[in-house]
Amino acid sequence: MRFSTVLRHLREGFKNVSRNGWMTFASMSSIAVSLFILGVFMLLALNVSKLADQLDNQVQINVYLQVDVEQPKAEEIERTIKRIPEVKSVTFVPKAEGLKRFRESMGEEGKAALEGYENENNPLPDAFEVEAFNPQQISFIAKQIEAINLTDPAKSIAKVKYGKDTIEKLFSITNAVRNIGIFIVLGLAVMAMFLISTTIKMTIIARRREISIMKLVGAKNSFIRWPFFIEGAIIGFFGSLFSTLILLFGYSQLVKTTSATVGLYMIEFASIDEVRMLVGGTIIALGTLLGVWGSTISVRKYLKV
Amino acid sequence: MIEMQDIWKTYADGTTALQGVNVVIDRNEFVYIVGPSGAGKSTFMKLIYREEVPTKGQISVNGFNIGKLKHRKIPYVRRNIGVIFQDYKLLPKLSAFENVAFAMEVIETPRRLIRRRTMEVLELVGLKHKASSLPAQLSGGEQQRVAIARAIVNSPAVIVADEPTGNLDPETSWGIMNLLEEINFRGTTIVMATHNKEIVNTLRKRVIAIERGTIVRDQQRGDYGYEI
Ligand SMILES: Nc1ncnc2c1ncn2[C@@H]1O[C@H](COP(=O)(O)OP(=O)(O)OP(=O)(O)O)[C@@H](O)[C@H]1O
Ligand SMILES: [Mg+2]
Repeated sequence: MRFSTVLRHLREGFKNVSRNGWMTFASMSSIAVSLFILGVFMLLALNVSKLADQLDNQVQINVYLQVDVEQPKAEEIERTIKRIPEVKSVTFVPKAEGLKRFRESMGEEGKAALEGYENENNPLPDAFEVEAFNPQQISFIAKQIEAINLTDPAKSIAKVKYGKDTIEKLFSITNAVRNIGIFIVLGLAVMAMFLISTTIKMTIIARRREISIMKLVGAKNSFIRWPFFIEGAIIGFFGSLFSTLILLFGYSQLVKTTSATVGLYMIEFASIDEVRMLVGGTIIALGTLLGVWGSTISVRKYLKV
Repeated sequence: MIEMQDIWKTYADGTTALQGVNVVIDRNEFVYIVGPSGAGKSTFMKLIYREEVPTKGQISVNGFNIGKLKHRKIPYVRRNIGVIFQDYKLLPKLSAFENVAFAMEVIETPRRLIRRRTMEVLELVGLKHKASSLPAQLSGGEQQRVAIARAIVNSPAVIVADEPTGNLDPETSWGIMNLLEEINFRGTTIVMATHNKEIVNTLRKRVIAIERGTIVRDQQRGDYGYEI
């Protein structure tokens, strides 16, 4: 295609866009809204997976023994845990160490409150910290550790604790959110496409005479179609650009105003630099694609060339 | 150049417009198509530039078998046929210049050629000074001349003109006939449907008379043959 022809198609495409002002606005808005929601879900998903990554490092199983368990028995239990194939490492935390950590976590006031609980008076049990290769296996490992008690008449394991609730809830929420999100986004995308194809249908009808003259003077079908594809692409591109700008601006504000609070929990949001290309690129590419797709529908249906 | 063999045309509503038309028009001929209203003249012309396809029979134009043409190829056949419509079919929002240039643009002519050639044909039809006027700002005869300029701008091998003098006063009509004759002198085949007795009888050419869908007369240097 000649460069001047490319320019001509672009010019005609923009002309078409400005022709049906309100319809164009409506279809751009619907693209913007549906992709904005898609973007929100993408950001949510990105952050949840980032959160899961961060929790991965924090997630471990704490196995507390009965207070009266002796050293040899503890070592035997440690070996049994180590034999579970999904377990990455087991660290023994003697009761003295446990107390020290507890104290540190309580800060200044804690120091005073815990005075006098050292050595024989230490109420804490010995414990193990168990790490898994894969955080999703945590609850499975925990069950196997609990099962050690079944073959142990003394029931030496007092308690197996892990971030069960947090982890499992996180995964189930993520899945639910994703499913609902896909549903909503699909519905909105269909609506956006419908609006785009209606807009372009109106352009085609408005230009029917012109199109028939173009045909009679020997324009190729592709030449007639191009401006309509471009019209669709323009609607999709600007609609999605708009939603990307709003979305990323909103997100950066959110990150800025809440990072201090969130940081207290030792986690952080995905940074704006991390998400900009991924979310923005996906939304704009998808929006443009939707626009072209919507126009294809009308062109096929109403442009009998 | 144009050859029809046993052409029948029945429209979707059942009207039969042509029944068994056989005709050969050679390169560089100038042919009048005459006949009463509803005889099938416009249908005859539409088959040539393939706005309609025959129900039965074969047409070839410029070596292309029009009836069997693949859709992809139609544009290339049309580029060799300039059509002048009775109702002009100009685009109301484009100037005279743009209306003519449009026909070159859609077949992807380089821009600098478009400018030069468009001005050239506008000069030929005597409308150089009205290049930037919109169709609504032009008289009927001027609009007709813009339509002619658009039909000839791509130097087609054939010009199909459906009543090009239909709504014009005698003087303007003669201006347009001079133009068509000049184009014909330059080597373009011309097929023109007309009700204009004076023109046909004065500017003698081959006359094909159609009545009720069949050719009833085909005469070199013929006359109009109908009383009005
Ligand atoms: N698109 C169409 N659908 C149905 N019937 C048509 C169509 N076009 C033309 N006809 C019919 O076909 C017949 C021939 O029409 P055509 O337009 O070829 O006549 P014509 O000779 O050009 O007449 P005129 O001199 O009035 O322009 C007429 O009976 C007309 O009503
Ligand atoms: Mg007619």
